[in-house]
Amino acid sequence: MMTKTQALRAPVAYFSTPFYVSTPMAHPQDNPDDQDIYQENVLDHYEDPYNRGALATATHAHDGKNPLCGDKIHIDLQLDDQGRVAQAWFEGDGCVISQASASMLLEELEGKSIDEIQSFSAENMLQLFGPRLTPNRQKCCLLSWKVLQGALKRPVGTDADPIVTENDEEIETDPSFGGPSLGEEQ
Amino acid sequence: MSLLDTDRIREDFPVLDRNVASGQPLAYLDNAASTQRPRAVIDAMDDCYRRYYSNVHRGIHTLSEESTRAYEMARKTTASFINAPATCEVIFAAGTTAAINTVARSWGDTHVGPDDVILVLISEHHANIVPWHQLAARTGCRVEFVPMDENFEISDAVVAEYLDRFQPKMFAFAAASNTLGSEYPVQRWTSMAHDYGATVLIDAAQAAPHQQIDVQAWDADFIVFSGHKVCGPTGIGVLYGKQELLEEIPAFLGGGGMILNVTTDGFTSQELPEKFEAGTPPIVEAIGLAAALKYLSAIGMDRIHAHECVLGQRVDAGLRAIDGVRVIGPTADKKAGINSFLIDGVHAHDVSQFLDGYGVAVRAGHHCTMPLHEAMGVTATTRASCYLYNTPAEVDRLLEAVTDVRSKFAKSGRRRRSRRSAESTS
Ligand SMILES: Cc1ncc(COP(=O)(O)O)c(C=O)c1O
Repeated sequence: MMTKTQALRAPVAYFSTPFYVSTPMAHPQDNPDDQDIYQENVLDHYEDPYNRGALATATHAHDGKNPLCGDKIHIDLQLDDQGRVAQAWFEGDGCVISQASASMLLEELEGKSIDEIQSFSAENMLQLFGPRLTPNRQKCCLLSWKVLQGALKRPVGTDADPIVTENDEEIETDPSFGGPSLGEEQ
Repeated sequence: MSLLDTDRIREDFPVLDRNVASGQPLAYLDNAASTQRPRAVIDAMDDCYRRYYSNVHRGIHTLSEESTRAYEMARKTTASFINAPATCEVIFAAGTTAAINTVARSWGDTHVGPDDVILVLISEHHANIVPWHQLAARTGCRVEFVPMDENFEISDAVVAEYLDRFQPKMFAFAAASNTLGSEYPVQRWTSMAHDYGATVLIDAAQAAPHQQIDVQAWDADFIVFSGHKVCGPTGIGVLYGKQELLEEIPAFLGGGGMILNVTTDGFTSQELPEKFEAGTPPIVEAIGLAAALKYLSAIGMDRIHAHECVLGQRVDAGLRAIDGVRVIGPTADKKAGINSFLIDGVHAHDVSQFLDGYGVAVRAGHHCTMPLHEAMGVTATTRASCYLYNTPAEVDRLLEAVTDVRSKFAKSGRRRRSRRSAESTS
């Protein structure tokens, strides 16, 4: 058995890597091939989005905005009898990431069941977008994903508060939210 | 007007040497959000931790005596930096935000009642709006906003009109706007407000970095600023108040350090400044702040201001010359190093992200001035803010990058490749 003094003298590794040695943070853009988040595909979706517009026959709809950057997304869904997406349309305004990612999401969506949509995670959404995003930009990319998850619970005709991404209460009452927590900028 | 010797100054700031993720050298133009630290500050804090750190005011032992002396010397340095008549008028707070909240609580709760008015400018930072909204919720007072004109300016006449119309209990305004860059006539507006019997609070967060604060000339009742915007540490700021006012208002945070006596029935407060410094204060941060203020003073606040003006004018003129760019703020002669702008058809976040690829660090968003952005009808702007270590070459890189932004994001008849057809051909 180790005595008390031995334990104190033993060089103890408190941390597997010394926490005080500052290593530059791994950055998604370290790989030069991966550098440009505004890849051609992203700009194509931004300029020529999939199903941008309103859907008069929507059965489910929801809005969301990120007040800090002014990104806004509205999604209209039409679910068929089997609970599959017959049509999905979006309207919005904001940065390239928020709008292009919404277009990509909707393109992916048609024919999917509610279960499939609900199991489509925030991580899946970021993968669908493609270029890796820093945490601050992930919120732009995840806005449409959050609005979509919210829309499933909002049949047209019911009144519901829009999603506001910085609103912790909303995030709490919305168990589907798995995105990063996003504080206010200075 | 002349530039500082930036080659020499930059050697004092280790971080400026690095490259950003894209491999480009850093051009740090986000100084209005926070500045970088010179070695003098890093070393002063490091030295304290290595040689004599201890809690202050409490221990009767060598380290505590030394720490206490350094902490109180930091207060003296700060007092002389702002030309305070008495050292005890300098309260160390966690920052500008904490200082304004202290005033809103301590002065506000005892001096403001229903129907009273707190007057602020439309361009205020949230730190100088929200604590007053909270005071309004507690007391039933109202917060009123002095508007700006179409040139983003606020004239003496408008200030006079609002003072006259609302007869405010408090006029709280920023000496310099963190979004517009405007530098306001602190002394004149303070004296006008005093004529109406208002108490005056100056948010000097954006003035302290490059203006000589003279609390006696300004004559404001409260003046606040943050350490991290003057090359000092985070977690510390200054609440200056006129002595008789600080003595009259009650302590805000209660706890250790701020009491003279505690019984099971109650407590009596310490004298100034301890009365407003409950708990273990930001000791090492105060020492770092003093080192920062000495560093800036040695260079000279007037010279720093002149340097910033030269760079700010270069940014302003350069931006105005680029097609599709709109400067959000007054003409260059009314501001120093801060320039906010909009680029037609490109969101501020995309601008900032794109500029990062050029190594240029700027800020995008509402800069904690949502009411101002709302008044201007925009949700987000991009802001470039210069400081003493920035160079004309860095400004030119910013301008080059901004020129390239538009071509990058211009509509060019792009067509999205259908995902389904892409899948079926692969
Ligand atoms: C004008 C102004 N006031 C207040 C603040 C808040 O300062 P802090 O975050 O250091 O409390 C800032 C900076 O963010 C500012 O620019």
